[in-house]
Amino acid sequence: MSDHSILQIQGVTKAFGGILALNGVSFDVHEGEIVGIIGPNGSGKTTLINCITGFIKMTSGKVFFRGRNISGKPAHKIADMGVTRTFQIMRPYYSLPSYKNLIIPLFSPRARRTGGWRGGGKLGDRDTVGIDILEEIGFERDSFVPYKIASTLPTGYLKRLELARCLALKPEIIICDEIFSGLSMSEIASMVPLIERLQMDGITLLMIEHRLRELFRVANRVIVLNFGEKVIEGIPEQIMADEQVREVYFGSEEVEEVMSHA
Amino acid sequence: MDIGERRKERLDRGIKVRTDGIYALMSLRELSYLTVPRLVFILGILILPLVMPSMYWQRVISIVCIYALLALSFDFLAHFAGLVSLGGAFFIGTGGYIAAILNTSFGLPTIVTIPISTLLGAAICTLLLLPCLPLRGVYFAIVTLMYPLVFARIIEALNIFGGTDGIMGVVSFPNRWVEQYFMLTMVLLFLFGMRRLVNLDIGLVFRAVKDNDQAVRASGMSITHYKAIAVFIASAMGCLGGACLVHIYMWSGISQFALDFSIIPIAATVIGGAGTLVGPILGCFILVPISELLRAFGTLRIVFYSLILVAFIVIRSEGIMVYGQRKYHQFERWVKV
Repeated sequence: MSDHSILQIQGVTKAFGGILALNGVSFDVHEGEIVGIIGPNGSGKTTLINCITGFIKMTSGKVFFRGRNISGKPAHKIADMGVTRTFQIMRPYYSLPSYKNLIIPLFSPRARRTGGWRGGGKLGDRDTVGIDILEEIGFERDSFVPYKIASTLPTGYLKRLELARCLALKPEIIICDEIFSGLSMSEIASMVPLIERLQMDGITLLMIEHRLRELFRVANRVIVLNFGEKVIEGIPEQIMADEQVREVYFGSEEVEEVMSHA
Repeated sequence: MDIGERRKERLDRGIKVRTDGIYALMSLRELSYLTVPRLVFILGILILPLVMPSMYWQRVISIVCIYALLALSFDFLAHFAGLVSLGGAFFIGTGGYIAAILNTSFGLPTIVTIPISTLLGAAICTLLLLPCLPLRGVYFAIVTLMYPLVFARIIEALNIFGGTDGIMGVVSFPNRWVEQYFMLTMVLLFLFGMRRLVNLDIGLVFRAVKDNDQAVRASGMSITHYKAIAVFIASAMGCLGGACLVHIYMWSGISQFALDFSIIPIAATVIGGAGTLVGPILGCFILVPISELLRAFGTLRIVFYSLILVAFIVIRSEGIMVYGQRKYHQFERWVKV
């Protein structure tokens, strides 16, 4: 792994009124890495993502992407640079069929610029690319699933659709907000190899997760947040053994279980 | 059999294969299944001026067309771009005044004033509405409602553009046939143009902005940019209507900022079927003539008009077109549970 950092988060602070949701969070993400962010509910994980991707304005702090300051830029500009995100509560276009959902990111300036496909804007071109991406992400091509209206899809497919939206943008980083939550064990089991394959394709991943067991399997490094502050960062084994983390997660059964394997 | 033991089953007619978007046409019968409704609509509209009993009713046709353009613009903005607009009066007034000024002050003929006022009017409307585009919810509706009131008062107070008298002596269309067929052609062109547009890739982006604007931002696209394009298209339709109205009445005045132009298109959209594009136009072809017929009742006109509206909404709240499409594309039968 190269130590060239692709994303640098420096002292990100976000105050909602008097409440400090994030307090000086700093860390680096290296090229090609999978970094996990964990922490109990309300520890500021999603707020951190929203700050990085420009969906909310941070109170202070800086975010650098490949050395360029992206803090304060509008969300679509940040996405245009290749820093893409998924939403914890899925945000598909419910009235459109799944493959048509991908027309929107494929129509974006970034996809038109970077896409390796010959999109002359002819009718149907983007449909084909969309279905290809869906197949890559686990929609069965010859079934009716890619053609179904998004509002009729089960959670598992919607989570994949979130990832597909990022992939359509040819991303450099995908920031996943709880991509495993709400999925059945078998759905998670099929999602994990997908994440690993994205890493092999050279995409950097920043993953917020509550499903620690699966996260620890794929992550190269894990950062623990609590009350808006970074508690510790390290390789999964280190995190599992850490006393502070046990305290943060005190009482959470799953953690106890995962920790006991350490 | 009472209601508890049976239910209504709805089945798609056999022509639809695989998905909603793809048809497999196997015979002339299936081809006509798709084309006949459209042909009936187009021919019906083109025949209208010929079958009207008097010049008065021919004039009504032209006015219906103006409302139809506004209804189309409302339906597009509200149901395909997610912006609820009360801007009918704003668009009509802007387009109308530009056409009147171009014609009376610069002596430009109809053939020039109409396209210029359509594009220039749309640009002005879009520019003025730009500040409220990043906002969501009712703000857009409020601002679009505010502008026509503001403009009417400014013209009145500053006594510009003819003040309360308006601009008179605007040239009319060469004759009533040109007027009516121009209006009807514009309605048909914009109707089929918009139907095409909302199914193009850029049309999907508009629908996506309506469905989920945050996801559009996450896709690396500026929602304000696409909302502005949508507003430009919609206001162009309204301004075109305004320019034609001025040439039809040969007069431009502050009554073109009247709320009728904002409200009737919405009523027509509700009656015709929201989100169908053709529905609002049908709604106009029903509502506006009814309103003319009710003139016989004098001051009670609005009462009867309101009653008819309420009846429509209670009995067919989904809209004529949605109901019609369902009946046409599906058959229903009662089945035992």
